[in-house]
Amino acid sequence: MSQISTDLESNMEMVPLGESAILIKFGKGIHPEIHRKVTIFTAHLDRYPVPGMIEYIAAFSSVTIFYDPIQVKKSQADAVLAKDQLSYQILSSIVTEIIVKLGTGVDHIPRVVEIPVCYGGEFGPDLEYVAQYNKRTIDEVIEIHASGQYLVYMIGFAPGFPYVGGMSEKISTPRRKSPRMSIAAGSVGIAGMQTGVYPIATPGGWQLIGRTPVQLFRPNDNPPTLLQSGDMIRFCPISHKEYEEYKGERQ
Amino acid sequence: MSITVLRPGLLTSIQDLGRYGYQKYGVIVSGGMDSYALRLANLLVGNEEGEALLEMTLMGPWLLVEKDILIAITGGDLSPTINGESIPMWRPVYIKGGSILQFGACMSGCRSYLAVAGGYEIPEVMGSKSTYLRAGIGGFQGRALVQGDSIELRAPQEISFRLVESLKKRLLSHSFISTSWHIKKPLMTRNSKQSTVRVTTGSQFEYFTPESKKQLFQCPFRVTTQSDRMGYRLSGPVLQLEEPLEMVSEAVALGTIQVPPDGNPILLLADRQTVGGYPKIAQAATVDVSIVAQIKPGGLILFQEISLAEAEQLYVARETEIENLGIAIQLKMS
Repeated sequence: MSQISTDLESNMEMVPLGESAILIKFGKGIHPEIHRKVTIFTAHLDRYPVPGMIEYIAAFSSVTIFYDPIQVKKSQADAVLAKDQLSYQILSSIVTEIIVKLGTGVDHIPRVVEIPVCYGGEFGPDLEYVAQYNKRTIDEVIEIHASGQYLVYMIGFAPGFPYVGGMSEKISTPRRKSPRMSIAAGSVGIAGMQTGVYPIATPGGWQLIGRTPVQLFRPNDNPPTLLQSGDMIRFCPISHKEYEEYKGERQ
Repeated sequence: MSITVLRPGLLTSIQDLGRYGYQKYGVIVSGGMDSYALRLANLLVGNEEGEALLEMTLMGPWLLVEKDILIAITGGDLSPTINGESIPMWRPVYIKGGSILQFGACMSGCRSYLAVAGGYEIPEVMGSKSTYLRAGIGGFQGRALVQGDSIELRAPQEISFRLVESLKKRLLSHSFISTSWHIKKPLMTRNSKQSTVRVTTGSQFEYFTPESKKQLFQCPFRVTTQSDRMGYRLSGPVLQLEEPLEMVSEAVALGTIQVPPDGNPILLLADRQTVGGYPKIAQAATVDVSIVAQIKPGGLILFQEISLAEAEQLYVARETEIENLGIAIQLKMS
């Protein structure tokens, strides 16, 4: 892949997503350098929300701001000028100004979140298949999975579900041919080049290699999820006994 | 003071205007599908417009009302009755305690809203009382209502007192009494008639074939039975890209119309996921999502293209309309 400019402004594009949202793209594809810009911009929004902003969603290479058009228009000092401008136009000038000012931005130091995982056994019914498929031993698969550092590109699909990058292709395995009707919360899986953890019970076709006793979705806490876009994950192998102890402590 | 569920209906759940601020954590917005009907039902009983209420779908519930209460029913017509007598909609209605409020077959629309003065006693989760069905949180125990559920009600707002006093005097031996004034009911579709939904073009509109771009606005699309609070799956002409598009997931919004590889568009609604990776062909104007929410499976949608400026004007006009209706209702109540 060619060098990606570190300037937030380069390759930046904006499009409306209806009359009350603006989608800001920082580049194409899935790449840590592009995501770095997403994180710098959202860190700015956390501190200085733009006028009329309701919330934002950070994704692989874009940030979408949801807003109230009426509040955006009201925020303009010059009411006459604001009258002739769409709230989308007002916000896109504000966003452009912020992005020019951010320049290359200040690097965000990622949080490293450790996730204990009990690999194999009843929690990882597909671990053996993943090993066979990649012509490795079970211990090698665990070693490779647990030695990686994974960047959380985006939270989506389910509350607290991380889309992560950085898994070694040595353990990459296609999805199961027939998805399971229900996958338990905390399940750690592999799908192609992706790895992830299921925060809530859901149907799914990922190859399950283990389970974490940690709760990824905590509706009564703020923030309500263990992980956030921009975090780094490390998986730490634990025994079945440690898993049970961890679960017990939380009761 | 409570309401007890004798029959739950097809899908009856507690909803408010939705859970905002948590989409970046993958927490969906939820909320009432027809926000216009939801806001007006609340205003008609003197509540804040965003108070939580009951959303009822296609086949309504039977509810036992413990004590006298002021209610309002808006949205689709699910034939509400007490003792076989029809209850008028889009206006405040005072009901005698011990009555059984029966909703039945759907006469028009798809979703009906039942607000009670003061609101239902429901705890907030992440700033909202809406039921997040898939995660099992919010609303009444994180789920749709079932037979035997009993929901506590809160004390009515002071603003409704005077209206309640005057209705009480006229109640006599009736089981309910309503005001003579009411709000104009919005046009609502019956059965499979066609509804027009205004849309702006989506960010990947240009990547579709000229034929598909034309068909989007010329051919009606049918709402299939695979439609729910998450989104409506539509069938009609198969919409095709000029060439395959490499897309990474990005945010979607209420009313986004995305096209999966099979070419059948999906119109995203209240329980949509926060992100999606399919090309977006169009985006329904926010005000028209209330129209969509009242279309039953089998109904037809004709998309009409409008500019972003028109969509914004519609949004602003709708807010002004609700503000004015709120003022008019307050005047009627005082």
